[in-house]
Amino acid sequence: MLKTVSFITENFGKYDPKSIDSYLSIGGFTAVKRALTMSSNEIIDMAKAASIKGRGGAAYDTGRKWSQAASVPGLNKVVICNADEGEPCTFKDRAIIENDPFRLLEGMIIAGYTVGAQNGYIYLREEYSHLRPLLINAIAESKAKGFLGQNILGSGFSFEIHLYSGAGAYVCGEGSTLIESIEGKSGRPRIKPPFIKECGLFQLPTLVNNVETLAIAAAALTHGIDDYIAFGTEKSPGSKIISLAGNVKKPGTYEIPFGLTIREIIYDIGGGITDDNELKFFQLGGASGSIGPASIVDTPYTYEDLGKVGLTVGSGGVLVVDDRTRVIDFVKSIQDFFIHESCGKCTPCREGNRQILRIVDRFVDGAQNPRDLETAERFAHIMSNCAFCGLGETAQSTLLSAIKYFPEEFEVKGGKLE
Amino acid sequence: MSSVNATTFEVLNKELAAKIDTIITNNANNSTKLVGILLEVQAIVPKQYLPLEIAAYISQKMNIPLSRIYDVISFYAALSDVPRADCVIQLCDSVVCKVTGNTVLKESLQELLGIKVNEITADGKYALEPTACFGACDIAPAIRVNGRVFGHLTSKEKVKKVLDNYK
Amino acid sequence: MKNVKIIIDNKDLVVPEGTTILEAAKKVNINIPHLCYHPDQAIKANCRLCVVEVAGSKKLTPACSSFVFEGMEIRTNTKKVRDMQTGVLELILANHDQNCLQCLRNGTCELQDLCRRFNISKTNLEDTVEALPLDDTNPSLVRDSSKCVKCNRCVEACQKTQEVHVLTHSHRSVHYNITPAYEMPLEDTLCVFCGQCAAVCPTGAIVEKDETQKVWDAIYDPRKHVIVQVAPAVRVALGDSFNLPKGDIVTGKMVAALRRLGIEQVFDTNFTADLTILEEANELIKRITEGGTLPLITSCSPGWVNFIEGRYDHLLDHLSTCKSPQQMFGSLSKTYYADLIGLDPKDIFTVSIMPCTAKKYEAQRPEFEKDGVRDVDVALTTRELARMIQASGIEFTDLEEDQFDNPFGIGTGAGAIFGASGGVTEAALRTAYEVITGKGLPNLNFLQVRGLEGIKEATIDLDGLELKVAVAQGLSNAKVLLKQIQNGTSPYAFIEIMGCPGGCIGGGGQPIKSTLEVKAKRMKALYKIDADLPLRKSHKNPDIIKLYDEYLGAPLGEKSHELLHTHYHSRNKKYDFSSLKK
Repeated sequence: MLKTVSFITENFGKYDPKSIDSYLSIGGFTAVKRALTMSSNEIIDMAKAASIKGRGGAAYDTGRKWSQAASVPGLNKVVICNADEGEPCTFKDRAIIENDPFRLLEGMIIAGYTVGAQNGYIYLREEYSHLRPLLINAIAESKAKGFLGQNILGSGFSFEIHLYSGAGAYVCGEGSTLIESIEGKSGRPRIKPPFIKECGLFQLPTLVNNVETLAIAAAALTHGIDDYIAFGTEKSPGSKIISLAGNVKKPGTYEIPFGLTIREIIYDIGGGITDDNELKFFQLGGASGSIGPASIVDTPYTYEDLGKVGLTVGSGGVLVVDDRTRVIDFVKSIQDFFIHESCGKCTPCREGNRQILRIVDRFVDGAQNPRDLETAERFAHIMSNCAFCGLGETAQSTLLSAIKYFPEEFEVKGGKLE
Repeated sequence: MSSVNATTFEVLNKELAAKIDTIITNNANNSTKLVGILLEVQAIVPKQYLPLEIAAYISQKMNIPLSRIYDVISFYAALSDVPRADCVIQLCDSVVCKVTGNTVLKESLQELLGIKVNEITADGKYALEPTACFGACDIAPAIRVNGRVFGHLTSKEKVKKVLDNYK
Repeated sequence: MKNVKIIIDNKDLVVPEGTTILEAAKKVNINIPHLCYHPDQAIKANCRLCVVEVAGSKKLTPACSSFVFEGMEIRTNTKKVRDMQTGVLELILANHDQNCLQCLRNGTCELQDLCRRFNISKTNLEDTVEALPLDDTNPSLVRDSSKCVKCNRCVEACQKTQEVHVLTHSHRSVHYNITPAYEMPLEDTLCVFCGQCAAVCPTGAIVEKDETQKVWDAIYDPRKHVIVQVAPAVRVALGDSFNLPKGDIVTGKMVAALRRLGIEQVFDTNFTADLTILEEANELIKRITEGGTLPLITSCSPGWVNFIEGRYDHLLDHLSTCKSPQQMFGSLSKTYYADLIGLDPKDIFTVSIMPCTAKKYEAQRPEFEKDGVRDVDVALTTRELARMIQASGIEFTDLEEDQFDNPFGIGTGAGAIFGASGGVTEAALRTAYEVITGKGLPNLNFLQVRGLEGIKEATIDLDGLELKVAVAQGLSNAKVLLKQIQNGTSPYAFIEIMGCPGGCIGGGGQPIKSTLEVKAKRMKALYKIDADLPLRKSHKNPDIIKLYDEYLGAPLGEKSHELLHTHYHSRNKKYDFSSLKK
């Protein structure tokens, strides 16, 4: 039985992403045309009814976010498309841009129209620089056809889209940090308040949305939301693009309805574990997400069910790990990632990660000290409670969940952990 | 006090300066485009890096404090203040490539290039750098060579084939 | 502004909206621990020591960056808060060189204070001090990154207060650092050595270059005749180091202490401040009457001189050619004074006590040396003098007051106010008015140029000649006035610029914790010294009159030119790109 669906990804492979004519031939820009006939409130109500949660990882309700952005006073506002998809095991935004760049632009134009912005910025991670030409072309062609620029389709609404490049920094996925980067600075998070919705890029009211979130908005305006909310569960309606990878036979991006179990994702969609090994654990939502053991593989993939077992949808990454990998080696790899990516600004993240790395290294070598586990847990909690931004707050999710689910892997005293 | 009044440069010359001028002009001398400008400039500097003399040149041209330019260069992983190589090979060091077994890939690269990760070949031609996930997990294990992604590198033969493109 | 009701540790409190938790807590005598917070700077919230519990919030809340709201319930001392604060402090300490006994900030270190408060001596953590090499090649400042807690106060001072933009944060994660571009030593940058970074550093990561040993050596050398000059701003700040009330005037005790240290003659820089006024007021008059470059800009602040030489070298003609009072003194000490007491200049060891780290740089400029003899041998900061007094076991507060020696012992009120921003202008106007008009000045107080405002201006009627003057304190404010000159829109004939906010009373060499509040008290004290003196105009200083009569001749004369004036040069840029032009 086919378990994937096709709503957000319906255009994938259906047209030539290098050509607006090709896009128009499959009904492209229907969403923008419809949006321009609607009021801002009508669009916000629609987004609220679809219950679209932010797909970058924070899962904030998009309708609410747009409603707040629209009500912020200001003649000059900004919409930013966050295409700094940095969570390991997450590549669904790449798939959207590769396959359907025009839908993304539609989403931005709609968001701009809804909140009253004149300028949109796409912040594309450097690692996706090969997608730049595609976006540059899409923006130019859309402008040439009057979907961008002054007085779009005679509606009186004007909107420009600018493309900015990242330069390799995971932390720039955080809204205020991304803004610092677009302003030509190093990517270190800003103090809140002021909140970016009121004072963000160039001190202007700013809305930041993830690529997938904007694509859903465009899809919802193309078809209405009924088809969309028919997917999923009552509390998690709709569908989600997941990035499935790791020890799985068929890695890739898949659009799934909320409510499938993780088992269905791994075995039915992913074709099962590589070499038919045993599933050991999985990690959802990238490096900042927790890990879950095989024992909870029947948990439905919904916001509410995952929440109950301490997991999150996050960015939609599903990393499958089989029994060939030691938990501590996995933790070490995640720790290395955060050591590389912490911006260094605040003490808990900079120094906490540094200290925890030393302890993790000792565990890897089986040379841990008696109080190491306790110390690591203590500072992991200090990080999650006191860090400046989300990076530091979530950096130890892996370690803490690993200790919770695999305590035996941290108990071995002396000698190699095997 | 001691300071070097250097009119000789290690990498900067009239031709390179003119190219940098063009990049800055194409970006409307807009200081908010600094990150992108530095990426573009780095790509045309031999050995793909941004030494002090280049940063100082951009600082003067764009009227941005040198200290801020350095903060940006030192902050972003894709920018370097030390010489790299003609061909920068980035080995994905992320957890996905690890669990999918990038050991073969790593060892093949080290063997074929004769250097370890984080090293540069003696002739300055190849640099082997570890890098964070670049979103090619569906084709893991993967590398990026001068920005281009190659995946499914599960054997030494496949790795060699990729490197042959960059002789 | 609206008031809001809050509860801090079960205490009800009403504070204005817009107050931070940290500020509100101060009002009920709770000092929430902090390192990056500084009352005169922008909120940074990066040290995370000030976290507290706020009812309704799962995570802890940083007190320095969170604003109160109606009904807010704050707890600053719960087990969770204490555990978290202790943990953060342990993390900072683990990455800090703990050799406190060898640190200049031992006893004035904010990190040390916090460790004492939290009873932390040694942590379970592995010490991980990964530091850049020591930067001590310049004459003024020493940067030791092994003591840096990355609070960014110095970055704020360098980039925002001074707009010098030498120090920045760089790199990320465990490599995160505070450094000039490309880890250059300060000497290779356009650092002005104002020391505002050192003044706000909570630890010993940036300190003045300690030269006390050179002075001890000279004192113990029987061949050396050791004399000292003390700048006006030192006497209203030195008391801070001995726990006296802020802004106490300790002139007499300071002179007594210097004598006890073994200094043979204790002189007053106020005297050469008066001398500076005579030269500078006449220079101004000359430029006005003979059509010289205007506005004339003061040159007594060495941080400021370094700044214009580095970044606005095309405006150097505007600078007064007068040496600073420190250097006028130095020059006279090795000529006039040497003649007077019949000593070879090389046997005279001239020490100056300055509120300033840039004075060390100034004292070592190559132009301030003649025949291998330096005009000023060592410039010590107020902090270094305090350490010498402490080292000698002198009970400063119990000392009997003593007086400066002659012939450089009399300073007028005009010389005294050199230490406050606006003081040089006021002193110059008192003299210029009387010289130009030939009349007595009816009111000596030019209140428009007093105070802590960044830029002050005044228009003075000199018997029909309207003179517009401006005063800037801190280099970011100086930039505003320089840009006007650049654009040709500067309306002023005279501009006073002090490199540090508040002027010398806020200098980079003053006792630690010179907040704006403290600076205001010091300023008040200087104007009190002025008001209490019988002599308040530089040109009425009898010893100055005598000096001109017996030795110098007239202001701007030949001898003055030789001894009291100097020249400036562009500070070399690291690179000259002109060869790259097409």
